[in-house]
Amino acid sequence: MAAGAGPFRPGASPGKMAAAARLGPVGDELALLEKALGLQSGNKYGAQGERQVPVLQTNNGPGLTGLITIASYLVKQAKKEQLLGSSAEEKAVVHQWLEYRVTQVDRQSSREDTRTVLKHLNAHLEDKVYFAGNSFTLADILMYYGLHHVMVDLTVQEKEIYLNVSRWFNHIQHYPGVRQHLTNVVFIKNRLYTNAH
Amino acid sequence: MATPAARAAKSSSRESSASRAPVGGSSRENSRAAPAARFRFHHRAAMRLRVATGSPAALKVVAAARSAAAPVQLCWAEPGEPPPSPLCPPWAPALQLESGAVLFSPNAICQYFFLRRGQQPTDLTAQWLEWEATELQPAALAALYARLVHGRTGAEAAAALGGALGHIERSLAGRGTAYLAGDAESVADVVVWGTLFPVLRDEAVPVAELLQSWFRSMTRSEACRSAADTVLLPQRLQEFTACLQKLPPPRPLPGTAAGCEEDDVSERALTEEDVAAAVDAWNRGAAALPKPWRPPKPVLPVEGMRNVLITSALPYVNNVPHLGNIIGCVLSADAFARYSRLRNWNTLYVCGTDEYGTATETKAVEEGLTPRQICDKYHAVHADIYRWFDISFDCFGRTTTPQQTAISQDIFQRLQARGFVLQDTVQQLHCAGCQRFLADRFVEGICPFCAYQEARGDQCDKCGKLINAVELKTPRCKLCGGSPAVQPTRHLFLDLPKLEERLQPWLENCWATGNWTANARYITRSWIRDGLRPRCITRDLQWGTPVPLDGFRDKVFYVWFDAPIGYLSITANYTEHWERWWKNPQQVELYNFMAKDNVPFHSVVFPCSLLGADDNYTLVNHLIATEYLNYEDGKFSKSRGVGVFGDMAKDTGIAADVWRFYLLYVRPEGQDSAFSWGDLMLKNNSELLNNLGNFINRAGMFVCKFFGGAVPPMALTPDDHRLLARVTAELRQYHRLLERVRIRDALRCVLNISRHGNQYIQVNEPWKRIKGGEEDRQRAGTVTGVAVNVAALLAVLVQPYMPAVGAAIQAQLCLPPECAVLSHIFTCTLPPGHRVGTVSPLFQKLESERIDALRKRFGGGQAKPPNLPAQSDPPSAPGAAPPDPGRIRELTARVAEQGDRVRQLKASGADGARVDGEVGKLLALKRELTLAQNATLASAGSEGKK
Repeated sequence: MAAGAGPFRPGASPGKMAAAARLGPVGDELALLEKALGLQSGNKYGAQGERQVPVLQTNNGPGLTGLITIASYLVKQAKKEQLLGSSAEEKAVVHQWLEYRVTQVDRQSSREDTRTVLKHLNAHLEDKVYFAGNSFTLADILMYYGLHHVMVDLTVQEKEIYLNVSRWFNHIQHYPGVRQHLTNVVFIKNRLYTNAH
Repeated sequence: MATPAARAAKSSSRESSASRAPVGGSSRENSRAAPAARFRFHHRAAMRLRVATGSPAALKVVAAARSAAAPVQLCWAEPGEPPPSPLCPPWAPALQLESGAVLFSPNAICQYFFLRRGQQPTDLTAQWLEWEATELQPAALAALYARLVHGRTGAEAAAALGGALGHIERSLAGRGTAYLAGDAESVADVVVWGTLFPVLRDEAVPVAELLQSWFRSMTRSEACRSAADTVLLPQRLQEFTACLQKLPPPRPLPGTAAGCEEDDVSERALTEEDVAAAVDAWNRGAAALPKPWRPPKPVLPVEGMRNVLITSALPYVNNVPHLGNIIGCVLSADAFARYSRLRNWNTLYVCGTDEYGTATETKAVEEGLTPRQICDKYHAVHADIYRWFDISFDCFGRTTTPQQTAISQDIFQRLQARGFVLQDTVQQLHCAGCQRFLADRFVEGICPFCAYQEARGDQCDKCGKLINAVELKTPRCKLCGGSPAVQPTRHLFLDLPKLEERLQPWLENCWATGNWTANARYITRSWIRDGLRPRCITRDLQWGTPVPLDGFRDKVFYVWFDAPIGYLSITANYTEHWERWWKNPQQVELYNFMAKDNVPFHSVVFPCSLLGADDNYTLVNHLIATEYLNYEDGKFSKSRGVGVFGDMAKDTGIAADVWRFYLLYVRPEGQDSAFSWGDLMLKNNSELLNNLGNFINRAGMFVCKFFGGAVPPMALTPDDHRLLARVTAELRQYHRLLERVRIRDALRCVLNISRHGNQYIQVNEPWKRIKGGEEDRQRAGTVTGVAVNVAALLAVLVQPYMPAVGAAIQAQLCLPPECAVLSHIFTCTLPPGHRVGTVSPLFQKLESERIDALRKRFGGGQAKPPNLPAQSDPPSAPGAAPPDPGRIRELTARVAEQGDRVRQLKASGADGARVDGEVGKLLALKRELTLAQNATLASAGSEGKK
């Protein structure tokens, strides 16, 4: 189960290239999001504190702080409010996964934490196409960006273990406009390890 | 009592059930009924809000539900109830929606309540919620942890919140609004308030003006107030604490003062004064040290001295202690006792085996011996183990002595005379055949819950439920097989509620002046908060101290009443003047060491007995409780043969001092820790061998090799002065920590000193300078002289941890015995001209093969052989090596290969001698293979041979 245990790793491109095509500081992620939303880039992002929390300087007022806050603002700017959820319930669910992204996914400090997160997500996605059920939302976009560096490093076996996450991830990376310059993570169709557990 | 030992392995479940058991049932039900009723007013209560008692997030979701008037049905999850979704941590609230979906994030739940009412999130509310989730929550958790678990004051704990409170104040000031996200209350206010309230409710916390008025108006609002009443009732608060305790301690946030105490002195800048004082101390020489105090035997309190009485929890006689038990009490107490003696405190360390009780009787029946014989046998086992670990008891006694009877009966009679003993009737099984009441474990019968035929009197092995022996269907006596009948029997009870008024003021005073570990304070507090009830102090047994009261003469005292009295009676066996230790609180300071499961008996029950007996007893001043030590990834288990037990440690071939060092290095001080073979090897090789051992050996060797065994003259430079100051700073920290019994932390200071020493030698390179000119040679002499004096200091500092190593260093350096004393200064004890002895290495490298073999042998980790019985574990007979499938595969391949070669040779008509040689090799290989396979067969049981 340890990284590199697989006989070959078709998913990850050789080290250097992968590094080049990964996400950098959080400002990059917001730039990707702007593009994905079809916004003209032009916002300036700063970063605050040890955790490098993104800050958006707006022309009026003190600016916005925090990934969820800024991402939600951008979605509204792009007039794609449906990405925040349509019903009250869906909105709450989207909010919940955005929060999960910043409190759990971003805070994993060990392989153990990462595995727990993947296990949880795999269970959640068992009967869902997207994080909020049947509609594509901001939660999918930010989860995709947040998990990209994790998925790039998974072995073939691990991708099979977290099958539902893999299916969802593969789906999102092919969603128009989302992936952009990030490495395409390869998922093979034929299962290698049928009794993986 | 004294089985921290046995119980350590069973661990937390017991502790938490103990702290939870007596919550007043009725008031709890009432308090729950009220909010549920309120919600039922709504027509449709289709949403279920599940809240775990004690959850830190419970307050805000309940407040949000009320603030947004959401039609929810509030359900309290019982502790241990599984969460509705695997994504949901057990302590987090969960909201089940009409659609069946489950929300598990507290903020999303709050947000949903407001969304339903049509209140859409704004940029500002989103920002507050995100800030609350990522910044405020971790800080608030750290603050609560400091307050409730570590027992800090409200103001100290709130320091962890520092930056967050400032952020709120600035936002309120900057926007000039009454609420966080505008002029009306929003989800942001409720969420932030809900997280802050448990911390800020303490009036003593200083809070800025705007924040204060916002906080007050929120707290006064109907929704918040009623939520606080529901969630934070006094008895809930304790569950709250229990819940916090189960969470990992929060990582300290950068920039807060909470986590960083004055622990790390190595990086602190040295002032001019520090350096000057260190140089002055150095120049004063050995004459500046106090004369070591060697008390006459028996040790008795001395007027005008600090008299330190140390006990470690009495191990229960019929268990062989494992490493967790050893570090939990006797070894920790020993390290402190040795430190105390080195400080010239007049010290007495007593311990012994706790021998009375049902368990001994059961064991005696099992082994066909009398209880007395059992105790004699196992007392010797214990004594041997502790002797091997070099535990410096002044007296290691036992509880089955005439002194025990005399003192227990005296204490009882004094309690009885003062009206602290009650009588009551209980129903118990009585066996007519054996003429006795049966203890729970002497009864078997049909489980009342699952109808299992052989349920024990206290618990059913099949369904696991706890049973009252009288509830068993068709009970059987385990001794004679007869059918016992329920009979009433009278018992005596200690009236703890009546004694509480004496306990409280004593505890308050004791906590103000004494040194109690945080877990000891917390466990004690929760016991008292739960309410004290009369406790039964008698048992229908024979193996115990007889009860000196008519009508009870066929009974004995219950061990937990009796056992702590063992400390007194063991001392009485040591000296007839025992009362000078135990009835002398004016002159004596008492330290009790134990694992945390033993705390209530030492902090509540036993003090109550002594306070009630009212005879000027010495009560505990400092209660030092450890957490639990795990073994590799799991627990020590005698029955599964997992873990190292006291009697096996010496079979490992690893020196007792290395064991002591490692156990003290991982001492579960403040939190649980784990024994790991890999880590033991690492610490031995890196800390003992490469750091401490290497430094002392080099310093000594330089004196021998370069200066003919005599300490050279020294001319100290400012660089050397700084080293003296660094060593002095570590030395002071060592004392500060050990005075607070932080044994594990103080060990780091010792290792830091030798690290400084190694660095000093490395930088100054005396081995090169000795070959240089006059000036260089002089410098080499100075560096060697200073280094060997640091080594001499270490010889004393390591003594509490590794007494034999300390003595060895002392002998190698010929350190005069009068220098074997600890003071707060580092002085030159080996002056120029002092001759050292023969210097030799102190430690050995541990190789990974050896450690792997030990790990296999003792179980644990991945390599654990399933169900290896402990007893059938003979110490390393070479033939009994476990089978190695890799070796078998390798040999099989080689046999096949060699067979081919022989066949080819024969077919090619090679000469007979050559063929014979190859055949010989083949036969040898086959023999080896058979041997390897036999090992497999033997361990696989009676599988047939092929």
